[in-house]
Amino acid sequence: MAASTATVPPPKRSLGLRSSAFLFRHPRVRLTFTLGPTLAWMIVIYLFSLAVLLVSSLWSVNPLTSQIEHVWTLSNYQTILHNAVYRTITIRTVMLAVAVTITDLLLAFPLSYYAARMASDRVRNALLFAVVMPLWANYLVKVFAWKTMVAGNGPVDAFFGLFGWHPDIATSLIAVWITLSYLWLPYVILPIFAAFERVPSSYLEASGDLGARSGRTFRKIVLPLVFPGLIAASIFSFSLTLGDYITVELISKSILLGNTIDAYAGGTANDQPLAAALATIPIAIMAVYLLIARALGAFEAL
Amino acid sequence: MEGRLARIFIRLGSVITLAFLYVPLFVVAIYAFSKSRSGSWPPQLFTLHWFSVAWQDPTLRGAIGTSIVAAVCATSIALVLGTLASFAVHKFRFFGRDTVSFILVLPIALPGIVTALALSSAVQQASGSTGLTFGLVAIILGHATFCVVVVFNNVVARLRRTPGSWVEASMDLGGDGPMTFRRVTLPNLRTALIAAALLAFGLSFDEIVVTKYLAGSTLTLPLWIYNNISKPFQRPIVNVVSLVVLLVSLIPVYIAQRLTGSAQGLAAESTERAIDEAGPG
Amino acid sequence: MRRFVGVIAVIAALSLVGAACSKSSSTSTGTGAAQPLKYDPNAALEDNLNLVIWPLYAEKDVVKPFEAAMGGKCIVKTKDANTSDEMVNFMKQPGVWDGVSASGDATLRLIASNLVSPVDVTSFKGYSNVMPSLQAPAHNTVDGVHYGVPYEWGPNILMYNTSVVKPAPTSWDITFEPQINGAANPYAGKITGYDSAIYIADAAMYLKTHNPDLGITDPYELTSDQLDAAVNLLKGQKPLISKYWNVWSDEVDAFESGDMVAGTAWPANQNVLESDAKVQVASVTPTEGVTGWADTWMMSSSAPDPNCMLAWMNYTLTDQVQADTAYTFGATPSVTTACDTLKRKLIAGYGAAVGAAAYPLYHCADDSYLAKIYLWKTPVSNCGDSRGNTCTDYTTWQQDWTDVKGS
Repeated sequence: MAASTATVPPPKRSLGLRSSAFLFRHPRVRLTFTLGPTLAWMIVIYLFSLAVLLVSSLWSVNPLTSQIEHVWTLSNYQTILHNAVYRTITIRTVMLAVAVTITDLLLAFPLSYYAARMASDRVRNALLFAVVMPLWANYLVKVFAWKTMVAGNGPVDAFFGLFGWHPDIATSLIAVWITLSYLWLPYVILPIFAAFERVPSSYLEASGDLGARSGRTFRKIVLPLVFPGLIAASIFSFSLTLGDYITVELISKSILLGNTIDAYAGGTANDQPLAAALATIPIAIMAVYLLIARALGAFEAL
Repeated sequence: MEGRLARIFIRLGSVITLAFLYVPLFVVAIYAFSKSRSGSWPPQLFTLHWFSVAWQDPTLRGAIGTSIVAAVCATSIALVLGTLASFAVHKFRFFGRDTVSFILVLPIALPGIVTALALSSAVQQASGSTGLTFGLVAIILGHATFCVVVVFNNVVARLRRTPGSWVEASMDLGGDGPMTFRRVTLPNLRTALIAAALLAFGLSFDEIVVTKYLAGSTLTLPLWIYNNISKPFQRPIVNVVSLVVLLVSLIPVYIAQRLTGSAQGLAAESTERAIDEAGPG
Repeated sequence: MRRFVGVIAVIAALSLVGAACSKSSSTSTGTGAAQPLKYDPNAALEDNLNLVIWPLYAEKDVVKPFEAAMGGKCIVKTKDANTSDEMVNFMKQPGVWDGVSASGDATLRLIASNLVSPVDVTSFKGYSNVMPSLQAPAHNTVDGVHYGVPYEWGPNILMYNTSVVKPAPTSWDITFEPQINGAANPYAGKITGYDSAIYIADAAMYLKTHNPDLGITDPYELTSDQLDAAVNLLKGQKPLISKYWNVWSDEVDAFESGDMVAGTAWPANQNVLESDAKVQVASVTPTEGVTGWADTWMMSSSAPDPNCMLAWMNYTLTDQVQADTAYTFGATPSVTTACDTLKRKLIAGYGAAVGAAAYPLYHCADDSYLAKIYLWKTPVSNCGDSRGNTCTDYTTWQQDWTDVKGS
């Protein structure tokens, strides 16, 4: 190969090259271009809305027109604190969220374990597909399916009627509990499945080699390892239950946080500042829950 | 490794859970073929009459179209914004980097009613000065806002798995910014972007909590279902629609599974969806 | 932690900006600022008409002839509202809805908020035939300025399942009292009530008869003590309640599944149950009286399709439309000349005997019967009589209603 004696002209400074060189030398400009639009969007559209919402909780409402008036007042928060019913509602909602979370964790456990550790690859893929599919059915339709099933003379009633028991749960909190557990179950299964997958088989073999039987291995090795995953999964079912209003409104007469806020904001009552003040309750609860979850290591398990 | 008893329990528990997941879907499917108008049990089978009635319903077709338009627009916006932001967060260590991720997650981390309330009061306030009102544009803005984090999470996860040396190598070989992006970065991100787009599309298509507050007189498919689910005469059509939507959505879920190439990938992507649903779900 | 603080800081900063820049909502209770709109049959029509309605108020048999008469313009899109509060909320959305079929507990709120436009009722052909007591009623006419045209009116009846509730009830006591004639209420757990704060008026109306010492004259004008008594009655009623309804089909479903056997209902719910014929129901106007509603078509002050709305208002005053909706919903027309049409429709629909027997139940053109119904109206602090400003307003009612439902 003959050595080239001609000088190679420098590469053409195309616009693309010039602009990328400029951006390379000015990282701040690059940062502005990449981060700017998204951050601007989020600030203008979301954070601003959130701020306006929180501010409006300090305003009052005209008793006749129910229009918001820019009159500063703490009366909304006073109403919440002094009126016992809001405490009752909050406690009821939190207890429902806990019940739904525990139910989902129990239901998710066997299936996640089986899919992660006992199933063949093909079966595992099929199971995951089966778990994800119900998420694509419309939310309202799933709620209404349960409403039909638990109604008087419905299939649930008929099923228990075989044992001579008519539970009459049609519009009760129990029906809401069942429906919400059903709706969030796939969201709970997936992180637990991921957590079980991450347990290295070598640990289990080592534990067996050291003489522990399966129960002990499970309690001492597996459970602590998957615990962050359980907490991570619980975040979904807890948060989703805390704010849900559509299922509650469709199924029962129970008054929970979500539909109280919805009633005051958009529906059957009309007091937007009070709704905004009430909305701080689930925000505060979730903030606490997330802090606890982070301390327990759940965020690494997401 | 597990004891005999444990294995039996686990198998039994799995069957129960799977049954629990699918029985209501069968109920929906059965009612799509029921002769009677009301929703009471047991349904009287068997007819295809409601499928033709559903097809001819004018408001239904409009609602499906609106849902598709909203989902496409929201997904497009989310793809652009989410990818840009993920590049920024991935490459730079800047002040408030963690804050950015936190801000992006907020719309879906907060309970849906809070997001719905915040956005709708914002539209109400802005309507005077900007002419923005409740309707399709508001819906798209709202959906895009919480779809951004779906794309963001997916792309950041993919970028983390990408060796940075590729971009450097491309530049060393004379590629400029746009060419590197087109030939090196983008193909690598492609499957992550498609999976994210599918998730964002599904999220927007099924959204009711925030949409109900932003829609005004516009009808998306979930709003159509919400309106008609309380009209007894329309209920059989709603069941038909739900069955069809469920069957049709088998396709994107299957595609997503093939794209991510493994069960783990699908679990990860669906966990993304779960995180996203944790808000407006 | 740092990112948490960062976000809080951003939100706090934005709150200050938001508070400063927020649009001040109209707090004026001024009315009549706008000129009353006249209906002009020759005005150019828009493409659409968006209406917020009570369920079944604009069915196909009413809408299709309208769209045809408008030459394919003014295509009607409706949204069902379940309570008056929802109606007010929808109308607050600017530039979205053209009109609303508002009941008396929404009308004055809409007028005071400048959300509806005044109309010139003399420009509508059918207006002279409206019942005298509905020509300028206090709920839609302020200082001589009209804000809409009347549509239908009717009572909230006591509906019951005839196979379960025996003998036929004559009083609201089976829905309110845990004990009847010394024995426990046999229908406990299967009663229903209307899910809105306005339902407190039903309890007050019951106490007006059964507890006259309270001195209740108007169930919407309640002092604090009277309100507390009504709320206590409702709290005592709660164990009897299966579920409160405001989505009308919920009541229909629950009666058909047997989860509800008696309670307050719209005539429309009874109509639908009778046509489904899964359970046998009947209704009664109890001795204590009934609450009810007289609905007005009102046009939004930010209506995008005003000419279509005015055309619609004109159209709904015609005999055929008044009779059609009365037949579907079980309501009573506001236009006296529609009564004959209604009678003929009932006979055609139910047969000569049943139709002729059903017609008097509508009390068509009966102003004195209308006067006996406690029509929905917004509770305000001004009692309107010698008690001055001591009455409770709707905000208090709403909080008390949450208290009843939530405890």
